Amino acid sequence: MKRVPQIGFLADGRRLHLQDGPIDLIVEAHGSETNLRAAYNAAARRFTGLLDELCGELPILRQAADPVRCLLQGLVARRMHAAVAPFAADHFITPMAAVAGSVAEEILGAMVGAARLERAYVNNGGDIALYLADREQFTVGLMDRPDDHGLMRTMVIRADDPTRGVATSGRHGRSFSLGIADAVTVLAQTASQADAAATIIANAVDLPGHPAIVRCPAQDLQPDSDLGAHLVTRDVGGLSDVEIEDALEAGADKARQLLAAGLIDGAALRLHGETVVVAPRAMLRAETAVQRGAIESAMHV
Amino acid sequence: MLTDTTTPAADDKIRCDACPVMCYIKPGAAGACDRYANHDGELVRVDPHVVLERTVSHGGRLVPFQAGGDWDGKIVHEPSVFVTAIGAGTTYPDYKPAPFIVSSEIDGVDMVTVVTEGIFSYCGVKVKIDTDRYLGPETATVRAQGEAIGHVTTSEYGSQMLSLGGVHHLTGGSKKEGRVTCDALMDLSNCKPVELTIDGGATVVVQAGYPPIVNGVPEERMRVGCGSATIGMFAKQWHGKVDEVVVVDDHITGVLSEHQAGKLLDIPDTGIKMKGRRSTPGRYFQVAEPGTGWGGTMISDPLSVLGPFDPKRARTGMTMLMVSTTGEHAAYYELDAALKPIETPMPADLKRSVERIQENCEPALCTVLFMGGAGGSLRAGVTDNPVRLTRSVKEALTRVTSGGAPVYVWPGGGITFMVDVTRLPAGAFGYVPTPALVAPIEFTLRLSDYAALGGHMDHVRPLASLKDNTEFRQMPSRSPPGQHA
Repeated sequence: MKRVPQIGFLADGRRLHLQDGPIDLIVEAHGSETNLRAAYNAAARRFTGLLDELCGELPILRQAADPVRCLLQGLVARRMHAAVAPFAADHFITPMAAVAGSVAEEILGAMVGAARLERAYVNNGGDIALYLADREQFTVGLMDRPDDHGLMRTMVIRADDPTRGVATSGRHGRSFSLGIADAVTVLAQTASQADAAATIIANAVDLPGHPAIVRCPAQDLQPDSDLGAHLVTRDVGGLSDVEIEDALEAGADKARQLLAAGLIDGAALRLHGETVVVAPRAMLRAETAVQRGAIESAMHV
Repeated sequence: MLTDTTTPAADDKIRCDACPVMCYIKPGAAGACDRYANHDGELVRVDPHVVLERTVSHGGRLVPFQAGGDWDGKIVHEPSVFVTAIGAGTTYPDYKPAPFIVSSEIDGVDMVTVVTEGIFSYCGVKVKIDTDRYLGPETATVRAQGEAIGHVTTSEYGSQMLSLGGVHHLTGGSKKEGRVTCDALMDLSNCKPVELTIDGGATVVVQAGYPPIVNGVPEERMRVGCGSATIGMFAKQWHGKVDEVVVVDDHITGVLSEHQAGKLLDIPDTGIKMKGRRSTPGRYFQVAEPGTGWGGTMISDPLSVLGPFDPKRARTGMTMLMVSTTGEHAAYYELDAALKPIETPMPADLKRSVERIQENCEPALCTVLFMGGAGGSLRAGVTDNPVRLTRSVKEALTRVTSGGAPVYVWPGGGITFMVDVTRLPAGAFGYVPTPALVAPIEFTLRLSDYAALGGHMDHVRPLASLKDNTEFRQMPSRSPPGQHA
């Protein structure tokens, strides 16, 4: 059987679902019906064959990125490299660290190029590319404990904000992390940049040498992992409050550096139930206005 | 399960060729997509392991499983085979932790993307520990790493039940309690050993499919029956070889000469005097405190359950076998001139009867049933008439499975199910930091049953307006996915 991408709408009839191999996208746009059709058609067209294109250069994509030179040919592959290059001099990082965000950006770009939209997003497993026409906005919520309805931060990304990418990295995801963060969510100008930066910050949330942290070479788990012999986090045992704070602070320190360098717009770091937010302004504010009922039906029971 | 997309690799890895990533996959691991995994050297498709709660709350619907044929270039590529699973169209991202939620046009929040939240915060495990040893009083708190994670519940036949987890321990207590509970539940569900301590009782290492280890001693066998049942089973074999037999049991201790089985064999009175409370002839409750000694009592000297023999009936030289309900403990006595039982070497044919008791005891195991409720979400406003949705799901279901394993769905409201965790693929359970467990659940239906879920079909219709010529092709029926052995 020839491999075909899965392309279809979710039950709401609004969100388009694109899946091929490990790529899994949820796409939604707002605009006139004609424009929506054009946008979704463009997304489906661009999506078809995209994985093969990437896999053609997989061996290079899995190697540590050179901070300057890029041998890659494909547009998405080159975007992946560009996103990780700012970190490549000081860190071990491969272009694969930005694959999800780069693919999201590519599909969003195809849609925006083919249709007049009010706003749109492409969500690739939590790495999200956003499009906002003038005066449009997206509301993004930060959820601590959804079952609790306790803390709810929300943030509005407006058309005149620089942010067009949201990405999350951490040790529970599909890809391995060198750090111990449960999740690091980053806002940046593009999804690929957010993706790469989230990886770097999540790696920095760490307690090197801590006995409660179980690590093992990535290749022992996934023989062809781009992380090779690098030790990735398998388990994090009990940590004291001070240790949690230390680990988060190490990550926050990295986030502040990236913020100062203009590589990110903000970040939220989470470990063992504690959250630290790094942002230039009060972009992540505690928000209780969002009604409980709405949240429950949106995303929980 | 698909097994056709694999080529053998050099060692125990297999190479998946389901997509051009061509992952090498180690045993017990999944490929980059999390859709294909290496299960004992065989490539298996592991999606859709979709959690109903998430799916429905994401506006999920029933979608056919596994596309066939080439994409026709239409914007909506609908796979069309019989086997369907709720929300196979929703995605892996649901499992990726991320505190940012972008939700769907509800109260000004625009879209739901990635969440870490509880899939089964209403879940727990029921543990059955095959042992007559005393694990602790009913309702006693069960702890892991010092945190309360559940309690001792009823004793069942030859075993002690524990009820662990549940929303109270997962989210109702301290942060640490929730985390430890979640870890313990996940480990137990993934068939890993977990050490549990019971307030006022024992420390027991529980691992699904393995014997319990009570206070450092691995349990070997379940008792053959209660003491009274043991008398009934073996009375004939003892007849003529010994004057009296006492089967020591925490629940009902049996005495051969007084027992109905002994009476039928005309076994004469021996003047034995039992401690404890006589239930019916030859059956005694509470001969000793419960414990980890003989027959689940605290005793190490079985004679301590006896009073002095009645000199009117007992006689010097009378013989007595005392044995526990597992045959693990046994001793043989003769009454001396003062009618005191003196332990002496056991005759070979009595030894054989003790071995026979052992032989008839089944291996003691810990068994773990995961229990979770997925019903709440169905009522949470998915449709205008949520109860009907629940009902229709239940009625239309041909098969509910969890990771391919059969489940028992509780009658009544919601979809609360139990599954034997040893029947799921390795590592089937995950968690989210909520804390809550992520468990696979699949609903496998015929296309006709799928159509019977009218509410969902209504949701499907609008998408037809976006693409004029999507069709549901009929394909030959195929059986639901088989369970893992």
